[in-house]
Amino acid sequence: MAALTTTVADLSQQSVRDLNSALHQASSGTSWSVTHPDGAHNLAVGLTAALDVVIDGPAGYYCAGMNQRATVTVHGNVGPGVAENMMSGTVRVRGSASQSAGATAHGGLLVIEGNASARCGISMKGVDIVVGGNVGHMSAFMGQSGRLVVCGDAGDALGDSLYEARLYVQGKVKSLGADCVEKEMRDEHLAELAELLKSADRDDDPAGFRRYGSARELYHFKVDNSSSY
Amino acid sequence: MCGIAGLQVRDPSLEPRLGELLTGMLHQAAERGPDSAGVALYGDARLTPPGHSAVSLLAPGDASASEIAARIGGDTAAVTVSQSTVVHSPTLAVADLEKAVRAAFPQAVITGRGTGLAVLKGVGHPDVLAEEFDLRAATGRQGIAHTRMATESAVTPEGAHPFSVDENVCLVHNGSFANHATIRRELRAEGIEFDSENDSEVGARFVAAQLAAGHDLEKALKLLCERFDGFYTLLVTTGDTFAVVRDAIACKPAVVAETDAWVAMASEYRYFAHLPGIESARVFEPEPEEVYTWQR
Repeated sequence: MAALTTTVADLSQQSVRDLNSALHQASSGTSWSVTHPDGAHNLAVGLTAALDVVIDGPAGYYCAGMNQRATVTVHGNVGPGVAENMMSGTVRVRGSASQSAGATAHGGLLVIEGNASARCGISMKGVDIVVGGNVGHMSAFMGQSGRLVVCGDAGDALGDSLYEARLYVQGKVKSLGADCVEKEMRDEHLAELAELLKSADRDDDPAGFRRYGSARELYHFKVDNSSSY
Repeated sequence: MCGIAGLQVRDPSLEPRLGELLTGMLHQAAERGPDSAGVALYGDARLTPPGHSAVSLLAPGDASASEIAARIGGDTAAVTVSQSTVVHSPTLAVADLEKAVRAAFPQAVITGRGTGLAVLKGVGHPDVLAEEFDLRAATGRQGIAHTRMATESAVTPEGAHPFSVDENVCLVHNGSFANHATIRRELRAEGIEFDSENDSEVGARFVAAQLAAGHDLEKALKLLCERFDGFYTLLVTTGDTFAVVRDAIACKPAVVAETDAWVAMASEYRYFAHLPGIESARVFEPEPEEVYTWQR
């Protein structure tokens, strides 16, 4: 069996554009190591092949944005918009994430081992997000589909104007947003939560979480409110 | 959009490197604000000898530094750097030096006043201005840098940040205040004068008014949160205090990094990448409407 080879991209020697261009041309199954990222923006954006990319240090804005099929691991913190609009694949952040992590993402798995700040999972459309620490205010705002698991606490206005995403929080919720309510944790929810935690390599007990979702009161215009317009 | 970078040195052995570290931070911030830039330096002996009162102004006309000092008189000396001049005196109180500068140059815009404080700012690319400031050679205990992408008012030297409108206090802002015109009118009605049409200057004047009313910096910034509408990440320094506050939505970026040797704040993490010990720094994002302060 041939030895696994990893292509090293040293960002102290080459540009982000060179890196992304090489990743766009790479074949599925290849491994990449990105060194000296130093918080650069737009790393490993728009990947479409099943690559394994390891970023050895902190990344800036939009890391692994629009990801399809690739596995991207960041050994450090990431800036705003990590894995935004991800379609599939896995993005794992070993540190913490800035605001809008996983924004509008349609699929795949985003794991943030540390904290995520404001608007984590804003307008999520099918992605699964597992956060090891806390999430900031307005997380899952207008979430339409997918699951958000928070092993720590959630900030203000969790799940504001939520459509159908399911939210699981182990710690405290500072406040719920408009139309977001706590819901019964049934067996199927415990089962899917256990699966999500396992996929994120976490050993938290699903029984310690609470479930939140949409009360579905904002779906339709209420004629009683017509005088307000 | 604007870029903010600030560094407060805790380990005195880093003071000779303040300018070098701040230059690297300013360079990274240039993309967020390519139209103008400014820095405030506390304790840079090149510009303000230790213990001297100092007043910074936008260079008035073609007068040389020695002509400027001669016109102000007394024991003042002056240093002209790029578009700014720093006047200092070993004996005059800061307020008296400011009066003397105003008397000699009634049309000049005073951009900073304090003990050992120099404010340099101007229009141009931040990297070019950093060269003109010879920022790399600066020393000191605290420095802030700002790069501006103007949204609310014209690109002018007096519209560049930092805004230092009160003794030893400097403010830089990323964002836009929505109700700045209303608050400017109110402050003008109280007799407060403005140097620009810049919304951030209104924030600085408001903070100065709260400090003058007897509030401490933390309270002044809390009152700003109550009164101002809009988007803001603010960094405010006094030479021995370093304060950060963000609006309730917190959409303007802010990252803080801290080690035993320094505390730094930036719009983006990458501004920190070259700071010594960043690998083991405590890095976090300030919470909305929470005032963070660090004392030296």
